[in-house]
Amino acid sequence: MSEHVPAPVAGSPVEDAKASRFGRRRGMQSRKTVTFGDASDVTTSKGWMLVSLGGLFLLWWWFTRGPEPILDEKTFPSPFATWDAFVDWWRDGYRRASAWEHASASLSRVLKGMLIGTIIGIPVGFAMGLSRVLRGIFDPIVELFRPVPPLALLPMFIMWFGIGEESKVNLLVWASVWVMIIASRAGVLGVSGSKVHAAYSLGANKWQILRYVILPNALPEVFTGLRVALGVSWGTLVAAELVGAEKGLGASIYIASRFFRMDIVLMNIVIIGVIGALMDLVMRLLESRLIPWRGKS
Amino acid sequence: MKDLSVQNVSMVYELPKGGSVQALHDVSFDLEAGRLLTLLGPSGCGKTTLLNIVAGFLAPSGGSVELGGTPITGPGQERGMVFQQGALFEWQNVAQNVAFGPRMNRRKRSETKALVDGLLNTVGLTGFGDKAIYELSGGMQQRVALARCLANEPEVILMDEPLGALDALTREKMQGLILKLWKETGKTIILVTHSVEEALFLGDKLFVMAPRPGRIEKAYELPFAEVGLTTDPRKLKASAEFIEKREELLSMIWGMEEQIMGHEGGMS
Repeated sequence: MSEHVPAPVAGSPVEDAKASRFGRRRGMQSRKTVTFGDASDVTTSKGWMLVSLGGLFLLWWWFTRGPEPILDEKTFPSPFATWDAFVDWWRDGYRRASAWEHASASLSRVLKGMLIGTIIGIPVGFAMGLSRVLRGIFDPIVELFRPVPPLALLPMFIMWFGIGEESKVNLLVWASVWVMIIASRAGVLGVSGSKVHAAYSLGANKWQILRYVILPNALPEVFTGLRVALGVSWGTLVAAELVGAEKGLGASIYIASRFFRMDIVLMNIVIIGVIGALMDLVMRLLESRLIPWRGKS
Repeated sequence: MKDLSVQNVSMVYELPKGGSVQALHDVSFDLEAGRLLTLLGPSGCGKTTLLNIVAGFLAPSGGSVELGGTPITGPGQERGMVFQQGALFEWQNVAQNVAFGPRMNRRKRSETKALVDGLLNTVGLTGFGDKAIYELSGGMQQRVALARCLANEPEVILMDEPLGALDALTREKMQGLILKLWKETGKTIILVTHSVEEALFLGDKLFVMAPRPGRIEKAYELPFAEVGLTTDPRKLKASAEFIEKREELLSMIWGMEEQIMGHEGGMS
């Protein structure tokens, strides 16, 4: 844009552009005297992430296989035992199912639950954001049911939906739907009056306001909802696979605990943690791709 | 071209704790097509309320507003709107923002493309069509807002403190742009501002509004906007005539502010 010289109208935007570029010098040494509390100055340090992870492993090793271990490997397996369990699991699977079958069984339950929770949650949240009446009708329902932990519902869900996939997926729907409703409602209510007014003055009808203003404006909030819901669903996985599951990471934890195989339990816990973190990473990458305007207005 | 007619417009806001505020009391005026009216006054004088009534975002408690003989009952694209800031769509780039109106009206893409290019040129943003809104400075964002509003060929352009968030230098440049657009398009413009200088420089007609109840205190016909493009604006603003008017308006508004302060002091 620098080689472009606009027509000499009153005020040159090229100067504006220069000014804004100057204001955003990246990579320059910070000369700020106030950095504590300045969010713009806080970036995640990759180096410290490695230090943190390394320290965690060191502590784990120290307490289980250090010079004077204070944890019993039977109840708290060492990193080596966990690694061995992982290698076995990766090569031979567990209980007549491969590692991939366990992981994909859990993943597909979480994704199905999320999908249904999102398909229900977004329209309900939008309806609540758009209509006083619907907000009044749904608000007590959401506020009453949202704090109920999914595990508490498990007995009833099993009675209603059986011990097969349906009750498991429905439990995960429960885990995600309230988050999606609340996030979508917040996204709709967060639209500024001037944007809506501007769109009406530009000839938009109600449907167009919804499609071209309210929906895109709510996207950042909806996306945050998706990330939170994914975390909550993944965290509910073990509860969902508590009863009647042969395959799955959560199911493996229960089965292994009955045989007192803490190495397999711990290994599955680490796998759940790692997959959860990877999914959030993917979501964050998607977010910066799909919603580049987030936090920049 | 359509004239605007505001007849006996009142606006009463009911307060949640009971009682009411008279934001506008019996405001009447006629504005011929092609005028540039500036509304000036202390906070609470109802100037933004008046603008929102003309825009159709608010229905007055009493009275009527007509554009070209047609009563205004809601927002419409013959009355374009430019806000102070935050009304652009961040999820669209500059060109998509400008094309929003034509798109809502299902105009042909090829037509719209040419229209958008022309408008970006008019506001001095040629070549910026692909830029994201958040990449632009405040002044450039307001240029986009002006272009977006012009894309629908409105009869009247309503501006609610359009330059209020800009720094002093950018603000002066943008005043020049508004005058240029007004001259070139011949559109009716109503502009709300807090700045006495801006109201004098841009308005070829100016209403000083007063609060409690909100009303038009004094109306001026001004010569400055007419010559604002051909004369050096700094010289114009330093001319004896301009300074005399500026001081007259300033003391009038200061008087109102002091009355408000005294009034509030008396209540507490």
